[in-house]
Amino acid sequence: MLGWIDTLLQGVLLGGLYSLYATGLSVIFGIMRLVNLAHGDLIVLGAFLILAATSAGVPLIVACAVVVPIMFALGYALQSLLLNRALGRNILPPLLITFGLSIIVQNGLLETFSADTRRLDVGPLQSASLPIGGGIAIGIMPLIGLVAAVAVILLLNALFYRTAVGRAFRATSDDVEIAQLMGINNRSIYALTMGISLAVCALAAFFLGTRANFDPSIGPARLLYAFEAVIIGGLGSLWGTLAGGIVVGLAQTIGAHIDPEWQLLSGHIAFLIVLVIRPRGLFPRAVD
Amino acid sequence: MRTGSMSTVTKSEKVRTRFAVVRETRASTITLILAVSAIVILFALPAFASRVLLQELFYVFTMLSLAQLWNLLAGSAGLISVGQQAFVGVGAYALFAFTVIAGLDAVLSIVLSGALAGLVAIPAALIVFRLRGAYFAIGTWVVAEVCRLVLAQVKQLGGGTGTSLPPDIASSIVGLDSVRDFFAVRGPAARDMMVYWLALLLALGTFALVYRLLRSRHGLALSALGDSETAAESTGVDVFRTKFLIYVLTAVATGMVGALIFLQKARISPDAAFSLIDWTAYVIFIVVIGGIGSMEGPIIGVAIFYLLQYYLAALGSWYLMLLGALAIVLMLFAPSGIWGVISHSLDLSLFPVRRKLIAITGSVPDKDGKP
Repeated sequence: MLGWIDTLLQGVLLGGLYSLYATGLSVIFGIMRLVNLAHGDLIVLGAFLILAATSAGVPLIVACAVVVPIMFALGYALQSLLLNRALGRNILPPLLITFGLSIIVQNGLLETFSADTRRLDVGPLQSASLPIGGGIAIGIMPLIGLVAAVAVILLLNALFYRTAVGRAFRATSDDVEIAQLMGINNRSIYALTMGISLAVCALAAFFLGTRANFDPSIGPARLLYAFEAVIIGGLGSLWGTLAGGIVVGLAQTIGAHIDPEWQLLSGHIAFLIVLVIRPRGLFPRAVD
Repeated sequence: MRTGSMSTVTKSEKVRTRFAVVRETRASTITLILAVSAIVILFALPAFASRVLLQELFYVFTMLSLAQLWNLLAGSAGLISVGQQAFVGVGAYALFAFTVIAGLDAVLSIVLSGALAGLVAIPAALIVFRLRGAYFAIGTWVVAEVCRLVLAQVKQLGGGTGTSLPPDIASSIVGLDSVRDFFAVRGPAARDMMVYWLALLLALGTFALVYRLLRSRHGLALSALGDSETAAESTGVDVFRTKFLIYVLTAVATGMVGALIFLQKARISPDAAFSLIDWTAYVIFIVVIGGIGSMEGPIIGVAIFYLLQYYLAALGSWYLMLLGALAIVLMLFAPSGIWGVISHSLDLSLFPVRRKLIAITGSVPDKDGKP
């Protein structure tokens, strides 16, 4: 029984991390209807950038604080230099551009950092945990990850619903032609969106790197978890994405509790089941 | 050639303009003759070609088949899948199961493996068709991951580490003995000839399947869908049925190609059979560089891809980065690929699937003889 409670708790915490992976994807889904196949690889890129900064002697927190704006700038440039040129009714060009980018990032990391597994070291915090009785303890870092996931969503919702630029984001998401008629430059909105997406990726990278080992090849799997969280949660709702992340996290830890080999499979199966019974996700908001 | 006529009124006289719907062009007729001669030569090739050449051509034919199939899915049916490795892998594993566990003949097993891949595609389609456009793409990827993880659990087929095909299976293909005696070669060489012919047959079969399909009413339905789904539906095109049919048919053929590839490799593992790079990224690259949505594109694409692979594959990850960068540049500046540029500027079609309306102008007498 206690084993199960522990499993469920760990699942929720893992879900917090997946929600961080997914929030960036959810934002670009919601505003641009774009799928970024390089999303997972860009998270891994973020982790390697943080790693490179720390190995140059920069403290971890500072490294993370520097990499977040760097990734924002990268996203802004990626959208305005590449993806904005491929906007249009045909979804193939943007999809394949990000697919090409995924291969470039993955192999670029392989070439620069080798295939060795790495980890970000947070010192004593790494193994610190909060005992909650009954022999169950919650790891401090995973807990901070979940809190960060919630904080990011609160922040983004405040941006989208409380500010003038947020209104422009929502208008572009609702109807890009009308938004343009109202004087909104959709291309710069798109660039900002991709910037935000990659900034969240950088934060996700921090929690990925401190939680587990990473190497250049693990990006695509992160993309799939993120994608599943977004679809399970329902398009267009960030809280839905958080819920979706937790569903994937729970499914994986429950699967692993039954048989360690089922961890990844049960996450994917949970996604397919939700797709069958609730094709529009658990908390659908947007159409499409 | 279908003809029709329509009256147009000009300044002085009533002229009947006759129209004709044509598909064949002079270039396409010439191509047909050339293609038939090329096919005859390719079938006779094992009589005088080296084993290395046959093995290289085997790779080219299987990649061409996969490219034609992906082109049908993405280029014609708008189903952009990044999960076709699911059916390569299922076909490959099915081949191992049918030959090693059930003890069936390898060629029969290839056909059965295709059928099994089709069976897997039916529930997969019912689930991933709930996702639209770009989301569909990642959905197909999840399906491929599920297939990979499930098959990695099957201990009889080597589990996560994989297994090898016992040598007697590939050497017991029907007709292999007569080939060996006829060409007076040793077993392995005869085996290479057999799989070469099978790959050639599959490539031709795939080409014929896609070509016929695109020229049939389903092809017309697909091009209508590509222009406007709503309009196509209102004129009676069953969107779901058409796409479902294409998806399952593609899976069957992809499964057969996968089975043949791994019959030749004679070694399987989940990572190799479900490789995203080998069976989807390369295939997409071939189609995109050659020209998506045309029959000619994948042929040009596979030739370019083969040359790049031959000269640059030793560069390893730099080679992959180059392919990725090429794909991006192409998508930005020539999304219709090399063949798209050629056919657009020369108005050329070697394997025409589009119907063209041509007008035969001039003063043509009416049925009742009036000028």
